[in-house]
Amino acid sequence: MNAVPAPSVRDRADAGRLAKHRARKRINLIALTLSLCAMAFGVFWLIWILVETFVLGVGGLHLSVFTEMTPPPQAETGGLANAIFGSAMMVGLATLLGTPIGVLAGVYLAEYGRTNVLGRTTQFINDILLSAPSIVIGLFIYAVVVARMKSFSGFAGVLALALIVIPVVIRTTENMLSLIPNSLREAAYALGTPKWKVIWSVTLRAARAGVVTGVLLAVARIAGETAPLLFTALSNQFWTSNLGKPMASLPVTIFKFAMSPYENWQKLAWAGVFLITLGVLALNILARILFRNKH
Amino acid sequence: MPATLHAIPDDKSRGMQSAIPGGRPAQRQPVAPWADRAFALLAYAAAWVTLALLAGIIVSLVVGAMPAIEAFGLGFLTSADWDPVQDRYGGLVMIYGTLMTSFIALLIAVPVSFGIALFLTELSPGWLKRPLGIAIELLAAVPSIVYGMWGLLVFGPILATYVQGPLQAAFGSVPYLGALFSGPPVGIGLLSAGIILAIMVIPFIASVMRDVFEVTPSLLKESAYGLGATTWEVVWKVVLPYTKAGVIGGIMLGLGRALGETMAVTFVIGNMNQLSSLSLFEAANSITSALANEFAEAGEGLHQASLIYLGLILFFITFVVLAFSKVLLLQLKKNEGGRT
Repeated sequence: MNAVPAPSVRDRADAGRLAKHRARKRINLIALTLSLCAMAFGVFWLIWILVETFVLGVGGLHLSVFTEMTPPPQAETGGLANAIFGSAMMVGLATLLGTPIGVLAGVYLAEYGRTNVLGRTTQFINDILLSAPSIVIGLFIYAVVVARMKSFSGFAGVLALALIVIPVVIRTTENMLSLIPNSLREAAYALGTPKWKVIWSVTLRAARAGVVTGVLLAVARIAGETAPLLFTALSNQFWTSNLGKPMASLPVTIFKFAMSPYENWQKLAWAGVFLITLGVLALNILARILFRNKH
Repeated sequence: MPATLHAIPDDKSRGMQSAIPGGRPAQRQPVAPWADRAFALLAYAAAWVTLALLAGIIVSLVVGAMPAIEAFGLGFLTSADWDPVQDRYGGLVMIYGTLMTSFIALLIAVPVSFGIALFLTELSPGWLKRPLGIAIELLAAVPSIVYGMWGLLVFGPILATYVQGPLQAAFGSVPYLGALFSGPPVGIGLLSAGIILAIMVIPFIASVMRDVFEVTPSLLKESAYGLGATTWEVVWKVVLPYTKAGVIGGIMLGLGRALGETMAVTFVIGNMNQLSSLSLFEAANSITSALANEFAEAGEGLHQASLIYLGLILFFITFVVLAFSKVLLLQLKKNEGGRT
């Protein structure tokens, strides 16, 4: 600190530094404000969509929605009973079909193939399938099942949905099993337990909540899927539990009704959207609570 | 390997004779080695299912598209004809629609997601982090058909009145730029589809960005703060360079989602095969919405094959984008392991 030149120069340097400091502060403030706006923007859409869905959906909701079949255009009455039943049946069967395969493959990735080529490749491919366009799954099932059997069928819809369940369940099962500490496995091995039993009654059991979370998320995902059902299960105006016939589902019915100019169809579509949104969000929240309680 | 671990539970000596359970009072049931092998085999087979699924998709799409590939070759990509009456098909309109809507979506979603991730990692008070994070994740869980219907019946009309109209009034007469905003402002078309897609992919990009921002070692951040850096400078000059690969991976993941999204786009894009104007307000078409609208009714033959060809192109593009994303995210993970 010696020989400071003329005070005016020093003042100017200070003023320069101060200006720079202020500019940096200003940029920081602008950036943080924008970030706050971005957050508000994201939450804004969620709230807007939910509010709109609830308001319009509750308006269309009626007891007949659950008891009556999908009506023809401009009919006085009508509901979504066959579509709700079709959705429940296809989602249920697809989950039953996809979960064991997904869990087993997840077990393979976490317990057997953590380092080998098959394990690594499967993990990589699985992550891609997880985000792959679901309509392509529909095309695949169309080519393999519908084109062979020469008819659209609920069975094809179940298969298409099951193929979407598998990657979701694989992913969560693998993640959850990887969280299980190795000491648990080693303790079981030290007691002489065979590997399958270690996996079945020790690691899988410890990861149970996580695996169930994954299944719930998978159900939530396929409950709203429309694209893979469009040319597999198609749709049906009537109640059917025959998997060999085209089957109505809630999302496909909503699609058909919402795009139509008929007021009664649009109203039912809103009711359907409300039901789906409510169900999917409830499943998601349930999955979160379940996972949180256990971890 | 598992086979070496088959000791009988109650055998304390763990000797070679353990293979004979004998008449010892077993506390736990001795387990036959076949169970172990069967279980491993099942898990192994299940893992193969995933690979078989991928192979099956590719093979079935290629086989299904073969007639169209033979008839049009790669010229399919550059031809804008789509004429079921004369059986002449080209995918340019749909490919353009798919790429353009995804581009608009990223243009909006990337900065917003970055802002959200910044807010969640650096700004938000602790008690708000979790609920806000969940809100954003729930946005990702809302089924796409809900977005579609909401976009068509609620958002479209509002967009037409309050955004498209003013934009047209402001830029309609500017040369070049005006062409983007010409056409009827009815709330249907590329712009609406792009905006809806943006809302849909924001949660995906934002949550990846948040996760990768959180892996930045706090040592690095605190050093920067200690030198007097502002929050913005820390994020922009320390966190972002450190997590570059992950951020791009997240954006690619969002892009993959946007490219393959069906229902939300089908509702609002207008499903018209035209490419005559550059306008963002004009109804257009995308690969997914063409498939959703035409496939079930398309007659077997060239029409169906052309649609499957489009599906193949879509799958190829999304596969490359998603694979790229995955590689980038894996890279970040590896680096993280190396540095700590």
